[in-house]
Amino acid sequence: MRLFIPGDSAAISVGADEVAAAFAELLPDIEIVRNGSRGALWLETLVEVESPTGRIAYGPVGPEDVLSLIAADFLQGGAHPLSLGKSDEITWLASQDRVTFARVGIIDPLSLDDYRAHGGLIGLHKALMLEKDSIIDEVAESGLRGRGGAGFPAGIKWRAVSQTTSVEKYICCNADEGDSGTFADRMLIEGDPFTLIEGMTIAAIAVGATQGYVYIRSEYPYAISTLQKAIDIARNSDWLGNRVLGTPHSFDIQIRVGAGSYVCGEETAMLESIEGKRGVVRSKPPFPAIEGLFGLPTVINNVLTLSTVPMILAQGADFYKARGVGRSMGTQVFQLAGNIARGGIVECAFGISLDELVNTYGGGTLTGRPVRAVQIGGPLGAYFSTAQFETSMDYESLIAAGGMLGHGGIVVFDDTVDLAMQAKFAMEFCALESCGKCTPCRIGSTRGAETIDLIIKGVSVDENKKLLLDLCEVMTDGSLCAMGGLTPLPVKSAMINFPSDFNGARR
Amino acid sequence: MKYSPWSHERAVALLATLREEKGAVLMALQLMQSEFGYVDKACVELIAQTFNKSRADVHGVLTFYHDLRTTPPPPHEISICVAEACQAVGARELERDVKAKFPQETRESYCFGNCALGPAVMVDGTIIGRATLEKIEVARQ
Repeated sequence: MRLFIPGDSAAISVGADEVAAAFAELLPDIEIVRNGSRGALWLETLVEVESPTGRIAYGPVGPEDVLSLIAADFLQGGAHPLSLGKSDEITWLASQDRVTFARVGIIDPLSLDDYRAHGGLIGLHKALMLEKDSIIDEVAESGLRGRGGAGFPAGIKWRAVSQTTSVEKYICCNADEGDSGTFADRMLIEGDPFTLIEGMTIAAIAVGATQGYVYIRSEYPYAISTLQKAIDIARNSDWLGNRVLGTPHSFDIQIRVGAGSYVCGEETAMLESIEGKRGVVRSKPPFPAIEGLFGLPTVINNVLTLSTVPMILAQGADFYKARGVGRSMGTQVFQLAGNIARGGIVECAFGISLDELVNTYGGGTLTGRPVRAVQIGGPLGAYFSTAQFETSMDYESLIAAGGMLGHGGIVVFDDTVDLAMQAKFAMEFCALESCGKCTPCRIGSTRGAETIDLIIKGVSVDENKKLLLDLCEVMTDGSLCAMGGLTPLPVKSAMINFPSDFNGARR
Repeated sequence: MKYSPWSHERAVALLATLREEKGAVLMALQLMQSEFGYVDKACVELIAQTFNKSRADVHGVLTFYHDLRTTPPPPHEISICVAEACQAVGARELERDVKAKFPQETRESYCFGNCALGPAVMVDGTIIGRATLEKIEVARQ
């Protein structure tokens, strides 16, 4: 019999380590697995007991509940106020369509046996039997697009790198998940790191690269530690190294840790940072696929993009593209965050409504007050009002609604939020994190924050609103990258969707 | 957090371990900080020499990144996430209270990826969810 107590840092943040230590002391003969989180974060610490008919869940368990759980004979599925029944029958989880996150929360993240037993490495073995071009065809056919935010088709990017003649090429995984409200990369790395390693290995074989880098933010120490252990295990199991799974392919992965700079999540700034330089954005072209890391052809993909590839290879492109709507194929790992009653990971096919995510899954706000605003896609994403809750969550519909999907984070605010303050914060954050290379971003962000401040204070409100919109246009059209180019999105959407917050004499 | 006292010899020995790395300047600065708690001003010259860069290059990297600091850290380090998701659950108010109590130790951060259980705070490298001043005080001990 095994007990599953998540080792995910979100679970640890609410006491999972203390819960695990208490069980270990009182039940010394029971094996405790520190799995990833199932993603129902409001139920953390979610303790699961293995039984012949599936796992039985209890949560949220605190260290103070350990004695009463043991007294209730929870190891045999005994009744207890925290009992949630069978894990697989918890509606919040059962109604999802987990593809990228299929194994997260299920397996021991650092057990290669567990990984194999749950379908791991099937995709890589398939890739090793295919021609390079056929691997890329499969990824292209699946419709997989970049999950980092830009939504560029992964297959096209891979083909561009594959067609270069360079002897040396790189695979760079962008794990600089800096957007507030997003944590899917972190949870995947902490809960199923071998999937990312497998995806990177497949990418390497497809394009002919021999070295990979994972750029992880320093704010994710738990993920860095788990991934490093997983890389070491893969090296010692003849997976990474000179002969990938006994084939003539050579591939290895190194972790590079960020240093607290948001703009380094922009792909070219990330390359500069991996090269050990200031994280200053590069002009494109040349595109990284042609001239990337250390000037060589480079595939840059987000954690979720790469981690979905093994599933696509294992189950086929048709399996993946059967999900979703229009040009948004497959599933999206949505992240419910902020002031939300039931926050966490909701992976489902594109096309779910915002209302379903925020209200059906999320259960409204944590404070119990009405939802007033929702920011989708991180600090560079738009603020939506509840009038837009029928919006279909896919790349195209969100753009049509004046927003963007970004990395799929959804931050909920209750009716105490002041959107003028949020707009000002967007500008201030841009000022703080701008790399400084282009003027609209570097200077515009500071001027933007000052102008919003004047509006808040009621100084020449109409003139300053006009000025702010003009500044937004300059930043949108004149910035080198998405940092300055998209900062106007939260600002303008706040002004359009919540005009009453910008009339000087506020609520 | 436990750090070694600054030692020139130790720094030289540590930097030598990165000699084979490509683009090692940022890694070198991070290594100095994780060992000594900060980047001593002597490191700029040392790193420049070790990796054949100009001092200006190294200084440029050192001053770009929020994580890197050039003075010894306080005895405890409290990083409070003040990004949007945590703002939505009172991070600004928490920051104000924590800063009032521990002005030397508190710094702002932007996202630990614990956005469904905010406010999120990191105290001496340990993550705290649904953070309160009381929880932070306990973690600090």
